[in-house]
Amino acid sequence: MIDKRVSSVEEAVADIFDGATVMVGGFGEAGSPIELLHALIDQGATDLTVVNNNTGSGEVGLAALIRAGRVSKMICSYPRTLNSTVFPELYQSGRTALDLVPQGTLAERIRAGGAGIPAFYTATSVGTPLEVGKERREIGGRDYVLEYALTADFALIKAKVADYHGNLIFNKTARNYSPVMATAADATIVQASEVVPPGGIDPECVVTPGIFVDRIVIVAEPALESTLVAQGASYP
Amino acid sequence: MTVPSAIGLSRDEMAERVALDIPDGSYVNLGIGIPELVAAHVPEGREFIYHTENGLLGMGPAPEDAGDPELINAGKRRVTAVAGASFFHHADSFVMIRGGHIDLCVLGALQVAQNGDLANWSTGEPGAIPAVGGAMDLVAGVETIFVVTQHTTRNGEPKLVESCTYPLTGPGVVDRIYTNLAVIDVTPDGFRLAELSPGVDFEYVQERTGAQLLPMSRMSSAVV
Repeated sequence: MIDKRVSSVEEAVADIFDGATVMVGGFGEAGSPIELLHALIDQGATDLTVVNNNTGSGEVGLAALIRAGRVSKMICSYPRTLNSTVFPELYQSGRTALDLVPQGTLAERIRAGGAGIPAFYTATSVGTPLEVGKERREIGGRDYVLEYALTADFALIKAKVADYHGNLIFNKTARNYSPVMATAADATIVQASEVVPPGGIDPECVVTPGIFVDRIVIVAEPALESTLVAQGASYP
Repeated sequence: MTVPSAIGLSRDEMAERVALDIPDGSYVNLGIGIPELVAAHVPEGREFIYHTENGLLGMGPAPEDAGDPELINAGKRRVTAVAGASFFHHADSFVMIRGGHIDLCVLGALQVAQNGDLANWSTGEPGAIPAVGGAMDLVAGVETIFVVTQHTTRNGEPKLVESCTYPLTGPGVVDRIYTNLAVIDVTPDGFRLAELSPGVDFEYVQERTGAQLLPMSRMSSAVV
């Protein structure tokens, strides 16, 4: 019987190892798996490479993981956001590296990683400073750069509803990178607000099929980054 | 919003002017800043569908209540979804952009060069945190790129220039520029004036433009 439920966020992140590459779903606070990130801080893994669109805000969630000194490298498209102060300080002091990737290229590199496509050509970044070091090729009269696929050891994802098989649906724009990250990680770990038996999600409505999900933990009332930041919260 | 010394159009009037040039039925991506204001000025009888790259087609205005913190736009502000909207993941969102499915994009600018080069993501200052977001994907993938911007910087420096000194977002990508002073087309011959704001003349705009400005097409024979 397939049942991917685990009993706690601690158990869900227990095997994340030092030096791992971890994809973290979310765009701003929408879809940010805060409880899994806090469990990862408690767990202690360090020297992580983290893939996310941003770098978190305030001193909770992803920003707290960075602030705790666990992230040696960020791969992201937009490290500056409102209330984002942790990453800029560590970046400017040289303690966290940054690999800046255009947003669509980041999404497609992850998609390619999950799809078994090792690299692809795109016109994005041609003729800009972000082209430096990339192979350029003319195809059909237009210039493109070669971009390599991105995979990870783990993905941390927030869903609205999961069934025991790992079929997922999301809340509005909290979906963002999560469905592609789920395909690109060796182990995809999902926190869901609601967990239902198989059949509890209409197959026509499944967004992420369960084959891409390894573990599910219920977090019935997930915290919101903006609420925590407004409260001045800091984790741990 | 009214500043006594302001010459030309206000931010809202600039956004309204841009909206006049968007064809009915267009799928449109709006950048952050003045471009966001375009959504409030859809001309009578037209319908535009707004795309936001974080996964929503059919973006509506800001909510009247607190909204949902997980229903946001690319600027991470809370928005609404109109009837007929759809949500999708990031790779699909950039399929829409990179695959040429979005008809038109309205962006802000730090600089636009006379050959259509756009710089709008970085001033290249040492020590600054670089952040690019989806700007490079948008200019590479969307057929029509409109820029809406103040004609000069706060210090009076021209933003329309011979060649960009800031790092490029994309080469030769801008089609038309809407400023507080004028509407200017990017043509194979350079910047060509398309329209002057009320109370502004050609010389006034030329003096504040860092490259040669060609006169309006229908005027050009008279000028010659």
